[in-house]
Amino acid sequence: MSKELNSIPVLDSIPQWFDAIVGKEGNAFKGLQNVRTSALEDFNRLGFPNKKMEKWRSTDLKNVLSFDYSMATKDFLMKDILEEVFECEVQELDSYVMNLYKGRFVYKESPLHILDDGVIVGSLSAAFDKYPELVEKHFGKYAKTENNAFNALNTALFLDGLFVYIPKNVKVEKPLQLINAVGTTEDVFVQNRNLIILEENSQLTLIHCDDSYNYKRSFTNSVTEIVLGANASIDHYRLQNINNNSSLKSTVAVEQARDSRLNTNSIILNGGLIRNESFVTLNGEGAHADILGVYLADKNQHIDNQVYVDHAVPHCTSNELFKGILDDYARAVFNGHILVRRDAQETLASQNNANIILTDKAMINTKPFLEIYADDVKCSHGATVGQLDDSALFYIRQRGISEDNARMLLMYAFAAEVTQKIKIDSLRERVEDMVKKRLRGELSICDQCVLQCSNPEKYNFEIDMSKI
Amino acid sequence: MLLQIKNLHVSINGKEILRGINLEVNKGEVHAIMGPNGTGKSTLANVIAGKEGYEITQGEILYNGKDIQKMPPEVRAQEGIFLGFQYPVEIPGVSMTNFMRTSLNEIRKYHGQEPIPAKEFLARMAEKKELVEITAKLTNRSVNEGFSGGEKKKNEIYQMAMLEPQLAILDETDSGLDIDALRIVANGVNKLKTSENATVVITHYQRLLDYIVPDFVHVLFEGKVVLSGGKELALELEEKGYDWIKKETEKR
Amino acid sequence: MAQDEKRLIEEVTQSEYKYGFVTDIETETAPKGLNEDTVRYISTQKNEPEWLLEHRLKAFRKWKEMEQPNWAHLKIAEIDFQDIIYYAAPKKKKELASLDEVDPELIDTFNKLGISLEEQKRLSNVAVDAVIDSVSVKTTFTDTLAKHGILFCSFSDAVKNYPDLVKKYLGMAVSPSDNFFAALNTAVFSDGSFCYIPKGVRSPMELSTYFRINAANTGQFERTLIIAEEGSYVSYMEGCTAPQRDENQLHAAIVEIIAMKDAEVKYSTVQNWYPGNKEGKGGIYNFVTKRGICKGDHSKISWTQVETGSAITWKYPSCILSGDNSVGEFYSVAVTNNYQQADTGSKMIHLGKNTKSTIISKGISAGHSNNSYRGLVKMTKRATNSRNYSQCDSLLLGDQCGAHTFPYIEGANKSSIIEHEATTSKISEDQLFYCQQRGISQESAVGLIVNGYAKEVLNKLPMEFAVEAQKLLSISLEGSVG
Ligand SMILES: Nc1ncnc2c1ncn2[C@@H]1O[C@H](COP(=O)(O)OP(=O)(O)OP(=O)(O)O)[C@@H](O)[C@H]1O
Ligand SMILES: [Mg+2]
Repeated sequence: MSKELNSIPVLDSIPQWFDAIVGKEGNAFKGLQNVRTSALEDFNRLGFPNKKMEKWRSTDLKNVLSFDYSMATKDFLMKDILEEVFECEVQELDSYVMNLYKGRFVYKESPLHILDDGVIVGSLSAAFDKYPELVEKHFGKYAKTENNAFNALNTALFLDGLFVYIPKNVKVEKPLQLINAVGTTEDVFVQNRNLIILEENSQLTLIHCDDSYNYKRSFTNSVTEIVLGANASIDHYRLQNINNNSSLKSTVAVEQARDSRLNTNSIILNGGLIRNESFVTLNGEGAHADILGVYLADKNQHIDNQVYVDHAVPHCTSNELFKGILDDYARAVFNGHILVRRDAQETLASQNNANIILTDKAMINTKPFLEIYADDVKCSHGATVGQLDDSALFYIRQRGISEDNARMLLMYAFAAEVTQKIKIDSLRERVEDMVKKRLRGELSICDQCVLQCSNPEKYNFEIDMSKI
Repeated sequence: MLLQIKNLHVSINGKEILRGINLEVNKGEVHAIMGPNGTGKSTLANVIAGKEGYEITQGEILYNGKDIQKMPPEVRAQEGIFLGFQYPVEIPGVSMTNFMRTSLNEIRKYHGQEPIPAKEFLARMAEKKELVEITAKLTNRSVNEGFSGGEKKKNEIYQMAMLEPQLAILDETDSGLDIDALRIVANGVNKLKTSENATVVITHYQRLLDYIVPDFVHVLFEGKVVLSGGKELALELEEKGYDWIKKETEKR
Repeated sequence: MAQDEKRLIEEVTQSEYKYGFVTDIETETAPKGLNEDTVRYISTQKNEPEWLLEHRLKAFRKWKEMEQPNWAHLKIAEIDFQDIIYYAAPKKKKELASLDEVDPELIDTFNKLGISLEEQKRLSNVAVDAVIDSVSVKTTFTDTLAKHGILFCSFSDAVKNYPDLVKKYLGMAVSPSDNFFAALNTAVFSDGSFCYIPKGVRSPMELSTYFRINAANTGQFERTLIIAEEGSYVSYMEGCTAPQRDENQLHAAIVEIIAMKDAEVKYSTVQNWYPGNKEGKGGIYNFVTKRGICKGDHSKISWTQVETGSAITWKYPSCILSGDNSVGEFYSVAVTNNYQQADTGSKMIHLGKNTKSTIISKGISAGHSNNSYRGLVKMTKRATNSRNYSQCDSLLLGDQCGAHTFPYIEGANKSSIIEHEATTSKISEDQLFYCQQRGISQESAVGLIVNGYAKEVLNKLPMEFAVEAQKLLSISLEGSVG
């Protein structure tokens, strides 16, 4: 641990928080005491990541960790909180909504619902009391603590989070929406922990929204573990829209059994500093993972996506696609890592990261890695910065469309490759609308912008969303 | 005169591809350009449409009497030049509908016209789709994305019908089409023909010319128009092959 | 089919190292180990000026504070830097006046390697600087080159004869504290080649250095410095071999290239150090820092490498594109067999406007080897309208090897384009079938395809070298090349 990082105020608070939550005074998750204690040891050994670490060389936490955050240490379950806090802006989305507030689970009648078909949805802490075996079987098995400081910290200090259990053969049609809101009168440090279990042949759509409802500073450290049984299928969306003073570190660890299917899409709309880590282990033959992401960043935003796909067994496929448009002083980082283990023959894996930089102040660091130990594989990766297809550009201009508009159309199409894959109509429309606005310069002042698109007069550019 | 090409020399990366092309196209005419692979037919079409990467070392291209060499490709398109691509590009993420509407409106704007009202636009789409017997499914997808070879070619004719150009250059629009599609495409072209516009078809097959009857046939060989004639030239060519052309040119 | 393939791959991967003989030449060596005295010993042996000794000592002190890098995808047995002889020179009685005076054993060694030191016997127009263990033994064609004003000599001679040039440029591209191995080299380098092309001169022949490690327990630390003045051109080739020995030997070299305005330097390497035996015993540890600066506008530096040897290769020939419109290129074929490990690639640092770089890397892994591409492309804010294109393909022969790709890409301006593509696969069954359908045996087909796969890079080598490189590939892929 470097000296600088030793002086992080949060570090001084951690022992007290731990005591209050788990230790002498605390009483939450008693059954997890050992796990939590060893996680804290892991964290103390690892410390907060710094720029000297390979995985963190492009993302500096020094600034965002320099504040004296406070953390809630009791009242894990909250009853009756103002509805206004949760304003995830996807309108007309027909979904079951679960709320987390500063890391605590908010409920009206009961923290845990058991539906007729055996589905369990609700607070993780409540689930832990009621179904300890079910939770313990999976908890902490996929989000490793020994080499990941934030996972360790989360495991040691989390207050609560979402628990979902979908029994065998149950297909939940209506999306489940988890809204995690931060923002109070003080700067807060938040640890969320979610566990999603899909048994064999089950199905779920989960939208995980991280929102802030005011401009107060916050740091959220969120860890989600997802277990997919054989032939189970999940559509998972991370919709991230926090204020520019806030930071979000969001880890999703997925374990996939035979023939299971993962579709995860990180839609990063706004945030001061966002770091997403996805760990996907393809551990049963025939499993498939689509790992997608789109980021639109401006001002001084910093967006970091880390994707680690482990092809542990043969015959699995994975497909990564991350696209970003960077404006103003924004900075984006992408690090994909595909590991194909020795016997994971007949693996198909692709990985792609494409970026468009709109100013000379924005910046991208991208590292698409392949580590391959099996020979009967087809793996590819690509990364581009600033690339629009020349022949497409000519084709469009040949149809009489001006070069500026042709570029804009292509940039829109650029992001559409990811946004089109959002399967929930209302969500997709909202995201596409955001992209359009960003390209038109309606989201920020873009004097530096190559398009000079802040002058809307120049453009006769109308994208009819419903037709795309 | 609609199009006049005078002694056009074009190089790609310093290599001369077109070596003195002369061609005149008047309103109301249909021209066919034939010639062996790699002689520069697509190059000629691309140069007329204003694609980058070609160096015009000599000669002129006049369109409606104006030199268009300095015109960006979209302005040429707005002026009425349409190129049916030999290999239409796939543009994922851009829907056909949105693409056509943007295109049509920019062309209209160039001519000082208001954007086309949505209703009128949809009616026009429906009408033109029928003309080239294209299914609604295709126009709901992204431009050319995942289209079969034949569908891409049909889509080019559909766009031509939508935009009603003055000069259409169709680069091997017939290749890859089945017999029915060939007839449909040809019918489409014929129906769009007026005394005010002209068509240049680039093709390898005399078969197409049974449907689209040309007023003139030109044979392009090693970057030059070596023979021009009426539609019978196409038949002769089919019969005697390009060896004959080689001999003819050697004789001269 | 699968069985056939296994057999083929075995054949492909089990070729013997041809250059593994030891030559019986009397050598003068420094005592084992490394401390300031070793550095002084080397400097004294070479009668160096004081400034150079100081330069070495500074680097040595830096080195002592540094740690051996561990970020590469390499498993390296711990190197005991005190158990290495840092200086070994063939014993010579006096200054050599002509080739007749060169130890016949030595001439023989080079003849065995296919390198003649006798100018009249050279088939082609190539000037050679032969470096054995730590010392340059013979430079050919010096006179012819001198007529053009080209200085081509051993590094030691350059220190003696052109101290100002050496002092001015040494360490310009690779500073003494650049990295662990660069610091080590700077402290203990023994000899190497020096080349200076004056303004406006196009070198009339290929220049070439041939490296050979002979003595046991020695490290080789040579140093190459190439300076291309405004408007000049030179094509430079480097080849290496080492005898078969059971213990690992260390090679840590530095190559520095400075290209002024409109100058062009083409640097080609065929690296064939002893790779160790089939069980992975022995072999050279090859840690090399190669870097060129395109200092002037419109300058160009092009690296081409064929890497077939060494137990461990750690090497990233780089270009700093500092002049506007300058061009950097990197073409690489890396073959690893048995238990070889390679972590190699390039760095392209775009500083000037309208700069262009190209990276083409072809990795071929066989046996139990691991072959990694690692590269950095960096576009700074100032490097507007710049372009990079990188393509890094890996081919796997057999299911016990590994092929990895670790590109680092940094874009920081809106007008530049960076494009990176990579694929990893085994030999395409379709291609194999296509060849076989045309009557080509499977064995020849594998050879054909692998060769075709590397062709794009081999084509970039100078004629004289291409033949040798092709031969080498054939040796590494024995039995499969048609
Ligand atoms: N971008 C390019 N770079 C180099 N050569 C090119 C390029 N484009 C075309 N050529 C060459 O120019 C010549 C003419 O090509 P062109 O595509 O115009 O031929 P074509 O007559 O249309 O052939 P086909 O009947 O096969 O369509 C060919 O030899 C081709 O290889
Ligand atoms: Mg053509």
